[in-house]
Amino acid sequence: MLESHKKLERNSILLLIFAVVAVSIGGIVEIVPLFRMETTIEPVKGVRPLTPLELAGQDIYLREGCNTCHSQQIRPLRDEVQRYGHYSLAAESMYDHPFQWGSKRTGPDLARVGGKYSNTWHIEHLTDPRQVVPESIMPRYGFLARTEVRTWDMADRMKALAAVGVPYSRDHIANAVIDLQIQTMPDEDPTELQKRYGPKVSPQLYGGSAGTPTEMDALVAYLQQLGTQVDFTTYNPDYELKKKAETVR
Amino acid sequence: MVKSPKPPKSEPAGEIDAATGVETTGHEWDGLKELNNPAPRWWLIVWLMTIIFAVGYWVVYPAWPTLDGHSKGVAGWTQYNKLQQDQAQITRRQGVYLQRFHVASFTQVKDDPALYEFARAGGAVVFKENCAACHGAGGEGRRGYPNLNDDDWLYGGSIDDIHTTIQVGIRSVDPDTHSTLMPAFGAILQPQEIDDLADFTGQLPQGVPAAPSAAWSRGQALFATNCVSCHGAAGEGNQTLGAPRLNDAIWLYGGDKKALVETITRARAGVMPSWKHRLSADDQRMVSIYVHGLGGGE
Repeated sequence: MLESHKKLERNSILLLIFAVVAVSIGGIVEIVPLFRMETTIEPVKGVRPLTPLELAGQDIYLREGCNTCHSQQIRPLRDEVQRYGHYSLAAESMYDHPFQWGSKRTGPDLARVGGKYSNTWHIEHLTDPRQVVPESIMPRYGFLARTEVRTWDMADRMKALAAVGVPYSRDHIANAVIDLQIQTMPDEDPTELQKRYGPKVSPQLYGGSAGTPTEMDALVAYLQQLGTQVDFTTYNPDYELKKKAETVR
Repeated sequence: MVKSPKPPKSEPAGEIDAATGVETTGHEWDGLKELNNPAPRWWLIVWLMTIIFAVGYWVVYPAWPTLDGHSKGVAGWTQYNKLQQDQAQITRRQGVYLQRFHVASFTQVKDDPALYEFARAGGAVVFKENCAACHGAGGEGRRGYPNLNDDDWLYGGSIDDIHTTIQVGIRSVDPDTHSTLMPAFGAILQPQEIDDLADFTGQLPQGVPAAPSAAWSRGQALFATNCVSCHGAAGEGNQTLGAPRLNDAIWLYGGDKKALVETITRARAGVMPSWKHRLSADDQRMVSIYVHGLGGGE
């Protein structure tokens, strides 16, 4: 065996061909499942694309590098589930570009931080983390409350995401700026906004003034929806069995 | 590229090194030659064993992607089953206490010292992760977030009341949430009237002054018309409405004139999330018992 291997090592073309074959096996194993995405994403109800305000918040989250210290993935391990709640599903990050799973936690995981604290708490905490969590080493982000959310390219940002598969319709994109403003106007009629993004989206005053959200408001809106979209009372972990049963029927 | 001539199979590729008697690779760098030692036998055996192990692993565990998912492996292992087993293990370890706690009423738990300690210990863990961020590590509270150690309760301090508040939250998204709102009197009263009202309210804990000032008397009249329906005739508060008691020295948003003027003008509406769907039923009950036992429980 070793004698014939010598032949391989001494012929560069042959070595190249075999190296390509070997590397391809690894590549195919990783890539093929991506073409069969429907076998890896759980069929759950409730996952929706982000509203324009939340999307602006996500962009700020990425701009400020929150992902450097905070992951958004609860692994199916006893201690993580005990602390953070139900483990993350693939379906929950299927509209994230890029996804925020992460593997390094300097701060806590944020996959289910939505609804855990009040808006006021988030604003106080982002403004001065030590004020609410004395041992925190998180930087201050109070400056976010002094900048209004950039709206002129909101529709373009949604168009870009639609191009990579996020289900933003023409209706979503055309109303981007209006929806963004309405979400911070609790006195306005939210019917249109909720028709597009689901009944759980409720306009509220996050901290800034109605209709002209600050970057702080957008970030809080983004954080408050994290992990809240899937209705786990109807989630069936044996979805694969269920899927088979459905195809049989 | 110059091809090196292929040596015949049986003959060594290089020369024999005189000092060690080992064949060299035939390469030479400034007089240095590389010995062509074979890989150690033990290393080779371990390497081959890992390959055999990998094949066995593919058979037993989920490993290869297929067109409709992935190979399942004969052991039927999944990380979700593993999680369930791990959680069942903890439940078993808590065993008899957890079973008894699960069916016991709050009164029964309080009457059973061992069970009560069990609940308090569990509640302390839940409190630290979920409640301490707002109410403080020791439940001491902060401006806007009530102290849980004192006797001043907005929505009642019995275990059942605490349990209800934890479940539904305050002005949360839960349909049954405590949802009362104080009106912002900035749109109802004149600035001077608010000023008088703040004077009067700030002095409520001290009782009726010996020589009431004119502002105090005007504030008293305003209090009687605008505030008593929720906060009570003597400012004793109303836990059904979540209207704070005003005749004690405990202030959620500050009891100085400036803070009171702001509170009356703009009103306050703190928010506590609903924990009904975030914590397990047992955890909700345990943390209720823990908070009740902090010192202020009724």
